[in-house]
Amino acid sequence: MGDHTNKAVVLIEKKDNSYLLTCDGEWNLNTITEATSKLKEFSLVIEVKSNLTCDISSIEELDSAGAILLLEYINIFEEKNCMVNIVGASSEQDKILTMYRDKVKNSSVVSPKRHSLINQFEKIGHKTILSIRDMVSFLSFLGESFSSLVHYILHPSSIRFNAIVKNIEDAGVRALPIVALTSFLIGVVVAYQGAVQLEKFGANIFIVDLIGISVTRELAPLITAIVVAGRSGSSYTAQIGVMKITEEIDAMKTMSFNPFRFLVLPRMIALMIAMPLMIFFADVVGIFGGMFISEIQMNLSYTEFALRLQNVLELKHIWIGVTKGVFFAWLIAAVGCFRGFQVSYNTESIGRYTTISVVNGIFLVIACDALFSVVLTELGI
Amino acid sequence: MRRVILGSFNGAGNLSNIVIEMEDIVTRFGENLVHDHLNLSIKEGEIYGLLGGSGSGKSTLLKEMIMLLRPESGRIRVLGKDILDLSTIEAEALRKQWGVLFQSGALYSSLNVAENIGITLREYTDLSKDFINTIVKAKIKMVGLPDYAAKLYPAELSGGMVKRASLARALAMDPKILFLDEPTSGLDPIGAEEFDKLILDLRNILGFTVIMVTHDLDSIWNVVDRFCVLGDHKIIAEGTLNEVMKSNHPIIAKFFKGARGSVRSKV
Repeated sequence: MGDHTNKAVVLIEKKDNSYLLTCDGEWNLNTITEATSKLKEFSLVIEVKSNLTCDISSIEELDSAGAILLLEYINIFEEKNCMVNIVGASSEQDKILTMYRDKVKNSSVVSPKRHSLINQFEKIGHKTILSIRDMVSFLSFLGESFSSLVHYILHPSSIRFNAIVKNIEDAGVRALPIVALTSFLIGVVVAYQGAVQLEKFGANIFIVDLIGISVTRELAPLITAIVVAGRSGSSYTAQIGVMKITEEIDAMKTMSFNPFRFLVLPRMIALMIAMPLMIFFADVVGIFGGMFISEIQMNLSYTEFALRLQNVLELKHIWIGVTKGVFFAWLIAAVGCFRGFQVSYNTESIGRYTTISVVNGIFLVIACDALFSVVLTELGI
Repeated sequence: MRRVILGSFNGAGNLSNIVIEMEDIVTRFGENLVHDHLNLSIKEGEIYGLLGGSGSGKSTLLKEMIMLLRPESGRIRVLGKDILDLSTIEAEALRKQWGVLFQSGALYSSLNVAENIGITLREYTDLSKDFINTIVKAKIKMVGLPDYAAKLYPAELSGGMVKRASLARALAMDPKILFLDEPTSGLDPIGAEEFDKLILDLRNILGFTVIMVTHDLDSIWNVVDRFCVLGDHKIIAEGTLNEVMKSNHPIIAKFFKGARGSVRSKV
């Protein structure tokens, strides 16, 4: 097959109303390109209702591709009402041609061409319908998880405490180092940025207000939520997705283990317990980060910082931040699990849905945060 | 490339007919000895079965033939090339001359059936897109899949369709050798019989050599020309069905005279 020296050749002779096609050389995958273009040219000029004799006795080697090529053009000639005769086929060539004979017919179905603008609109419409369906199924997922929660509350013995504790460890305790590092750095960043501006006004001491309120109310919850969405949201999707591919979820259903009670709720509840605690932890570390920089950059001693913090940081800011965490956790866990169940039976979809899950999780967290800001401001809290 | 009338194999005298030759193969996974100086030769155009119980090393043997595994020592010649000592380019050329059907199909899950079948044609030939599509459509029909299967993704196929689609993929380049790893596993008896018949028919028309690893006694009865039985790290019997049945080796007896085998031999 690697031999390219013996190309497929077609010789065309015309006598009155009949043609003689003499095929020569090897007709296989690697040698037929030139013969293809020759046949194509010929099919454009051939007169209708002519007689055609195709002599293939000199073909040395005929493989599937060669046979399909020959048959494809014979079909085209026949559509032009030509009489086609194949002569000189060896018994082996005849076998191949006979097998492909009925398999090449009608293969050239041309789909109608449409204006590209219409295609664009069709795509947009298609996407819109898909995203509406997606939203509806997410809502129904939330509904189902809520009804399973009611079942949990009515039958406390069915709560999977072990799974919840294990998930708190995975999603909460193990995430503490990275949460500590990021929130410390956020405290540092805010302190540095604030210090430059506040020094202009000689209002150094207000750095405490800036750090205290911004970290506890907004930054720590958001940063923690983003870390958790990236860490746990993605792992929920991947875990459940793999379980779906390996049919573990189907197995659970046949044993009447409700996947919501066994997989979704333990993760959701665990995250809703762990997240507020992590946010409080992030508050402490973030403020410490700010304190550290204030001491270095503005000569504001730790004692002064702490005293000022006691006066300006109302407890409500911490409560608001921590409470938001419960909602963030709910959204992240819900999206993570929901996308996991959407994974279909191929390897590519795991990656795709894990990405979607993280992107959705972070988006929902920020949208929810914006909603909180609006509502709390309107309420004057 | 066309099928050569099978001549009787008499040692080194008729080498031109031998497609695959394995000599003195020793394979070891850690402490576990799989093949102990094993010899094997497969003739052009035949359907050759590799039999043996689980863990007897028949899939390993197949993997060694297709360069997925290397034996610890020995010599393997495929289509006249010593595959344990090949340059990258030679290896690539050789790989284009065989097709492999994996046990689970191993279709690329991100490509649909038509793309799966056409992938080697697109990568390795300079044929036009339209003509590749024509070939792919013909191959889809050839293996008995319905036309609409072209657009389906592997996840949407039934077990039998997966086997047929991967057979079409393995045959896309008109290989000289077709390797089948348990082609009928996971198929119902009717589907398995149809699949066996398909392989037999295609072999008769296209003239390739088939090497199949199988557990399926029906396949042995219906399609396999010659086969070998692996056991005790060696080949304990080789030949046509009648020749193997004459062997008195206890493993052969277990294989063919057990409940499943004996039912068939009465028929």
